Amino acid sequence: MKILTGNDLKTGAVTWWDGTGWSLHVEQAADVGEDGELIIAREEAARRVNVPYAIAAERGPDGRVRPAHIKDRIRALGPTVRPDLTLRPADPTAGNWVI
Amino acid sequence: MYRYDTYDQAMVDTRVAEFRDQTRRRLEGKLSEDQFKPLRLMNGLYLQLHAYMLRVAVPYGTLSSAQMHALADIADKYDRGYGHFTTRQNIQYNWIKLEDAPDILADLAKVEMHAIQTSGNCIRNISSDHYAGAAADEATDPRPYAELLRQWSSFHPEFSALPRKFKIAVIASETDRAAMRLHDIGIRLVRNPDANGAGELGAAFYVGGGMGRTPMIAPLIRDFVPLEQLITYSEACLRVYNRHGRRDNKYKARIKILVHELGEDEYRRQVEEEFAHLLTLGIEPPFAELERIRTYFADPAFTPGLPESIDRSDPDFALWVDRNCHTHKQPGYVAATISLKPVGGIPGDATAAQMHLMAELARDYSFDECRVTHAQNIVLPHVEQQRLYELWQKLEAAGLGTANLDQVGDIIACPGLDYCSLANARSIPVAQKISERFAASGKGDALGELKLKISGCINACGHHHAGHIGILGVDKKGLENYQLLLGGSEGADTSLGKITGPGFDEDGIVDAVEKAADVYLAQRSEGERFLDTYRRIGMEPFKEALYG
Amino acid sequence: MADTLPLPGEGRSEVDEVQFRFRDDEPADHPAVTVDAFVGQTNAAAVRIEPGDDARALLPHLARIALVEVNFPAFTDGRGMSAARILREAGYTGELRAVGDVLVDQLAFMRRCGFDSFAPAHRLDAEDAAAAFARWPHVYQSAADARVPIWRLRHGSGPNGGADG
Repeated sequence: MKILTGNDLKTGAVTWWDGTGWSLHVEQAADVGEDGELIIAREEAARRVNVPYAIAAERGPDGRVRPAHIKDRIRALGPTVRPDLTLRPADPTAGNWVI
Repeated sequence: MYRYDTYDQAMVDTRVAEFRDQTRRRLEGKLSEDQFKPLRLMNGLYLQLHAYMLRVAVPYGTLSSAQMHALADIADKYDRGYGHFTTRQNIQYNWIKLEDAPDILADLAKVEMHAIQTSGNCIRNISSDHYAGAAADEATDPRPYAELLRQWSSFHPEFSALPRKFKIAVIASETDRAAMRLHDIGIRLVRNPDANGAGELGAAFYVGGGMGRTPMIAPLIRDFVPLEQLITYSEACLRVYNRHGRRDNKYKARIKILVHELGEDEYRRQVEEEFAHLLTLGIEPPFAELERIRTYFADPAFTPGLPESIDRSDPDFALWVDRNCHTHKQPGYVAATISLKPVGGIPGDATAAQMHLMAELARDYSFDECRVTHAQNIVLPHVEQQRLYELWQKLEAAGLGTANLDQVGDIIACPGLDYCSLANARSIPVAQKISERFAASGKGDALGELKLKISGCINACGHHHAGHIGILGVDKKGLENYQLLLGGSEGADTSLGKITGPGFDEDGIVDAVEKAADVYLAQRSEGERFLDTYRRIGMEPFKEALYG
Repeated sequence: MADTLPLPGEGRSEVDEVQFRFRDDEPADHPAVTVDAFVGQTNAAAVRIEPGDDARALLPHLARIALVEVNFPAFTDGRGMSAARILREAGYTGELRAVGDVLVDQLAFMRRCGFDSFAPAHRLDAEDAAAAFARWPHVYQSAADARVPIWRLRHGSGPNGGADG
C-alpha cells in the first residue's frame, strides 16, 4: 500500500494522511493508491502539511499499518534509544514493531 | 572569553528580527518551503526525522556559565529536557517547533548566542582546540583568531550561497586536537618559519580537507600568512571556491574536490592572484581589532604556586585524574574533561539538569568557562588540582564522572537513524552495545587509548574516517549493515581509516570490534596504542581474526 | 525555473522588468549581449553575465559598458555575487543589475556586492523588499558598497594593514 506522510508546518510533528486530514498516528494512515500526487499537491498548497511524500507500507500480521522501511518506522514511533520520547512510551513491545 | 559590544549585539538582534519576519512569511504562505529552506538553514533549523532540529552555534566551543544555563533552559522550555553536543562543538535540539524558533533565537541573543550559519551553504561554526588557553604546547590562544574569522564570515554578502557548506578550524599547536586537516580550511597559528620558528606569529593555511563520501587530508597551501593579512587571504581562498567550486553535482561541490581537481599548485596560484588583488582594497581589519579581541582571551587570574600533588588514595578518583585530566600550562591547574559517555549512554547527550550542574561547576571551578569538544564531551579548562577531588565527587553523583577520555568507551557517534533522516543505520545502539561489552568484560581498561567513531551514513558526521576504529552504517538491501574501518587518526599524523572487508549486522559489528581489540591485545608491543600496533602489523592479522 | 519564457499571470514580471533601482541616471536602453558576443562587438554597451562566465573578461572594456546584467538562474548559485564585486573592485561605475531568481532575502547581500538595480523574475512584495534593504544597521566586513564595516567604526581610521600601507 502507499501512504502519505509529512510534517506539520508549525510544530514539525510527523503526520500521516488518514483519508480526511493529517494524523499523528501511523495506524490511521490511509492507502492512497494512485491518488498520492493529487492529495500531496492540494494539501501542501493549503499549508495543511509541509513537505509531504508517499511511502510504501503494508499491513503487519496484527493488521496495523507498518511502513516498509525502518527509517519510516522510526519516524512513525520515535527514537529507538529513547522509548520515553516515543508515541508509545508505556508499550514495551513498541521497539519490536520498529525493528 | 569574547563579550559582545553594542555592534555584535545589534547584529544578532537584527538576525532574530529577520528570521522572525521570514518565519511569519512562511507561515502565511508568502514563502514556499523551497524558498524558506535555505533561510531557515542559515539559522540552523533543519526539518529532521522527528521534528524541526535546531543547531545552536558554540563559537570555537567556548561557553560561559550563563550560556550553559541558557542552553539548559531552552532544553526545558522548548524541547524535551535534553540537548546533544556535536562533533563540531555545537549543540542540537531535536524537538523544536517552527513557531517557537524565533523566540528561541531571541532567548539565545540575550546571552550572546545564536544559530547563525550552523547549516546551509555558507561558512559554518569555526572550531578550535578545546584546550585553548590552557594547553602548554600552543604558540598562542587560537580563539581570538577564530573570533576575528567568525565576525568576518557572518552575513558575508559574497559567500552566503557557496557551492556547499564550508568548515574552518583554527589551532595553534603542533598536536592537532581539532582534526584541523580534515576541514575545508584548517589554520594553524605558527611562528614565522623563515626565522627558524622564532619569528612573529602568522597562519599556516591547509585547504581542501574533509570527510564524507571522499575523505581527503588538506594539503598545505600557504605556510605563512602574516596576521595582518589573515582576513584578506581567507577571502581569496573563499572567492576562488565560490567562483570555481562545482555546482553541477552536490557530491562534488566541496572545496576538497576543487583543490583535488585543480591540483594544489594551481589552486594555490589562483588564490595568490586573488590575494594580490584583494590586498589593494584594504579589506583587512586593523591590527587594533585583533588586539581588542585578544584582550578578552587573557589568562584568568590564576593563583600562582598552588600545590601540584593530588591525594590518589581513592582509586576511582585516581583513575579519573589519570584519564580525564590534561596538563595545564599553569602549575597547580589541570584541564578536566566531563565525560558525556556513561557506559551504555547516548554519546554527547546531556539533560537540562546536567547542563545546569556543568554551568555551576564551570562557575565554581573553572573561572566561569567550559568548552564543548569535537569528541562530544565538556571540558572545564582551568581547575585547581587541589579541588579536583571535590569536583569529581560532584560529577560522579550526577553520572558525569566516567573516567574514559580517549578510551574505547569514549565513543564519538552521530545521532544516526534514530534521529537523522540522512542516515542509513542507527549508530547509538551500536555505541551503547560496544560500551557495555567492554565495560562488562573489563577489557576496556586494558585497551588504553582507542578512539572509536561511528557514523550512521557516508556523510561522516561521526568522523568515522578518523577513528582508530571507525564504523560506517550502510543500507544493505533495506537492512542496517555496518562496515569496520581501522587506522584512522585526526592528529598531527592524520590518516584515513581503511575498510576491513564485508560488513556486519548490529550484533556482528560489536563482535568485530571486540575481535579487533583482541588482536591488538595479543600483538601489542610495550607502550603501543591500538593505532600504533595496527600501523606496525597492518590489516592482515585483523582480517584473519574477523573473517577467518 | 526562472529562465523560461514568462507567462502572463500573477507574480510574474515582464522579461527583466526592473523593480528596484538605486541610480539617478536614465536606465540604459541597450539590449544586453552575452559576454562572448560583447567582447567581439565594439558597439555593444550592455552585457549579461551568466554564472559560468568570467567577469574579468570585461575588465578591459569597462569604459564602454553602461549596463551589466548578472543572471541568477537559481538563487542558491552565488557566483554572480563574486562577479558583481569583481566589477566594482575594478572601478566599474555603470548600472549593475541582478536578474532572474532574485528573492527578497538576497537583496541586502546583493546591494553589498555592488548591485544597484534588480529585475526579479517574480515580482517581489514591495514592503518586504523595503524591509530587506533597510534591515541591517551594521555590517561586519568590507564589500563593494560604501558601508563602513564594524571594525572601522570600532577603531576609526587608524593604522590599517590594507589601504593605508
